[in-house]
Amino acid sequence: MRSGKLHLTPEILRVFYRAADRLADLVALGADDEMWDEPALRRQIDEILALSCAAEPAAASPASPDDSGDAAADGDLLAQFTPTALDFSFVPPGQEAAAFRRHRITFAPTAELFANGHEPVHLFRELAALGELNVEAQLDAAAAWDADAPAIVWTLTLDTAQTRTEIQEIFEFAEPFAEIRIEEDGHDPAGTESGTSGSDALAPERAPAPGAMADIASNDPVPIDMQPLSTGPAGPARGTEQVDAPQGAADRAQPDKAVKTGSRATVRVDLELVDALINMVGELVITQSVMNQSIVEAGLASDRRMASTLEEFRTLTRQIQEGVMAIRAQSVKPLFQRMGRIVRETAQIAEKNVRFVTEGEDTEVDRTVIERLVDPLTHILRNAIDHGLEHAERRRAAGKDPTGTVTLSAAHRSGRVVIEVKDDGGGVDRDKVLASAIAKGLVPANANLSPAEIDRLLFTPGFSTASKVTNLSGRGVGMDVVNNEIRSLGGRVAIISEPGQGTTISISLPLTLAVLDGMIVDVGGQTMVVPISAIVETIRPQPSQLHWIGPEARMISVRDLMIPVIDLAAVFDYAGGSGALEREGVLLLVENDRGEQRALAVDRIHDQRQVVIKSLESNYGHVPYVAAATILGDGQIALIVDLDEITQGTPALPTPPQARKSA
Amino acid sequence: MNIRVLAIDDSRTMRDLLRAALEKAGFWVATAEDGAEAVEQLEAAAPDVIITDINMPRLDGFGVIEAVRGSRCAATVPILVLSTESSPEMKNRARMSGATGWIVKPFDDARLISAIRRVARV
Repeated sequence: MRSGKLHLTPEILRVFYRAADRLADLVALGADDEMWDEPALRRQIDEILALSCAAEPAAASPASPDDSGDAAADGDLLAQFTPTALDFSFVPPGQEAAAFRRHRITFAPTAELFANGHEPVHLFRELAALGELNVEAQLDAAAAWDADAPAIVWTLTLDTAQTRTEIQEIFEFAEPFAEIRIEEDGHDPAGTESGTSGSDALAPERAPAPGAMADIASNDPVPIDMQPLSTGPAGPARGTEQVDAPQGAADRAQPDKAVKTGSRATVRVDLELVDALINMVGELVITQSVMNQSIVEAGLASDRRMASTLEEFRTLTRQIQEGVMAIRAQSVKPLFQRMGRIVRETAQIAEKNVRFVTEGEDTEVDRTVIERLVDPLTHILRNAIDHGLEHAERRRAAGKDPTGTVTLSAAHRSGRVVIEVKDDGGGVDRDKVLASAIAKGLVPANANLSPAEIDRLLFTPGFSTASKVTNLSGRGVGMDVVNNEIRSLGGRVAIISEPGQGTTISISLPLTLAVLDGMIVDVGGQTMVVPISAIVETIRPQPSQLHWIGPEARMISVRDLMIPVIDLAAVFDYAGGSGALEREGVLLLVENDRGEQRALAVDRIHDQRQVVIKSLESNYGHVPYVAAATILGDGQIALIVDLDEITQGTPALPTPPQARKSA
Repeated sequence: MNIRVLAIDDSRTMRDLLRAALEKAGFWVATAEDGAEAVEQLEAAAPDVIITDINMPRLDGFGVIEAVRGSRCAATVPILVLSTESSPEMKNRARMSGATGWIVKPFDDARLISAIRRVARV
């Protein structure tokens, strides 16, 4: 394939992936000392061989002698490819094998190099792009610190298929500021390339940079003995006053070296340990706030020392918590890469042309969340390709690029992580969805649903979008499984669809599973917590701002926008009853994931603080309008409201008994 | 991360050419029409790499290099000279002033871009 005889086709790619899987399996089996599935392996090998047969009939012979079926197949291939043998004569023998050569590069920069804005590490990075690079720093010269001599001498070994010219080009600008020698090891397995092997110093053939070389040459070249520095920034112990420059450089050299050789210092920790730590830190946060409150109540907080200590304690607790969370945070890149493969496979089975685009791969998400996103994302992506994208002909007919685009993106948005799968397909076929939902008895036949409501039907349990059961989707588990999985992570799934333009499914997740910045409010005599991330502003409404729309519903006009008012006490049926607004209540202007604003009426705002989320779902199942609970500083338990359900006016679909509250 | 480039040239055409070439490569580009303007912009532009012409009114390329090297905020920023000049004397002078590299005009997009990537500390 590398020599261009075989072109990369999706078919080949698929076989390669399977082969990679097989290899991974074999490694795993080997680790467990188990036997592998010989016939399956055999099949796989044959499959790969079949590919190479297609390209090189001459090489095919060893593949088949023991297998008559294969031999026949090979025969066919041979028949088709008779003239191919000619190709070989054009490829000089040994060309491919001769590719990798080892270059030894000695790089002795002058102080001027740094003064002129060069940074050796960046040169090394470029070199590393050419092949396998190993960097060693020699600090002997720094020990004999002499203002004109190079402070550090770097010895690099580079295994690369590139020629010396490419290497020289990298040093192009640095050349006048350093002594550079590039030697080739006679390490050339095939030894075919015409006579350039062996070692020769670069100096004579280098285009002379006037002045520069003369300067350096007049200094004695620093002797380089092969004594690589082992560990630590163990620069020579010198008087502190004269060490600055070279020592600083040496210090920098060490970590850089570590990065280059790919061994960044890490510790592998059992995830359970980290989880235990996170839980304990959660408790610490609660204890901290309990203590804080007790001290305030005991009237001790007025003491200045006490107050500042408390403040420091609070900051530290928070920092510890963030630090611990950061341990578990991981970029979504590996996850996205995995999805790339699923897209390819799905596209192949569905026989659609798909361009897969990822955005925001560096977004960091809690590790446990990432793991649990694999299945939902797989499902969503498959759906997007199988149902979302149209076939090439239909796309062409609709005047679209015959290759569909599926975009997977991640971003941090107002304290949450939003992951979106966007396709440019035909959008949700609402007529079909509605008809199907009616046929399945999920909605009454005379239901009058808005387009958005129809789209949400996709998430209803028992609703499967597939008109035909394919290998990809429609295996009885629908998007409701996705919905449940995401909800159990404290996230939400939203769908936005534009007929003919495509569909976006967006998953919004909390940054961490354990903590939340909340606003503590009074609702009908109960204490509740509203997630701060969703609160846009708080309003003390003037009567003139409020408008009655019908007997129950009210709107508030905020800067010429009419926003529906939701009375939290009424939502929860609290005995204190509704009417917070009549009792000089406060409105919290909140925004949900779809960007819709609602004003929540509460009696009073207490406080704003970090709360530790205690899940209710494991013990109580899903509680309508409630996301979770928390323990406040005084030991009281408060419910955290589920803004999405409240702003939608309907509880989540899995709990129909409470449906009466829908507006 | 995008590499931020400050391109200094007194020719409008040259600035446009540079901007087009560099933005296509995904760099952020700020331009200045002479050395003096470049020095004013230096802090705000916070470039990762500076590309400068030599012959310019008010403050020439050498002046730019010296000013940058003497500045507080950008003393170590790599500076590539992009000039029609190619005499050893000029190159040596630039080198003494603290230039990082010298590219002779007319420039080749790919070469310029790879040169920038090579020196940028990003």
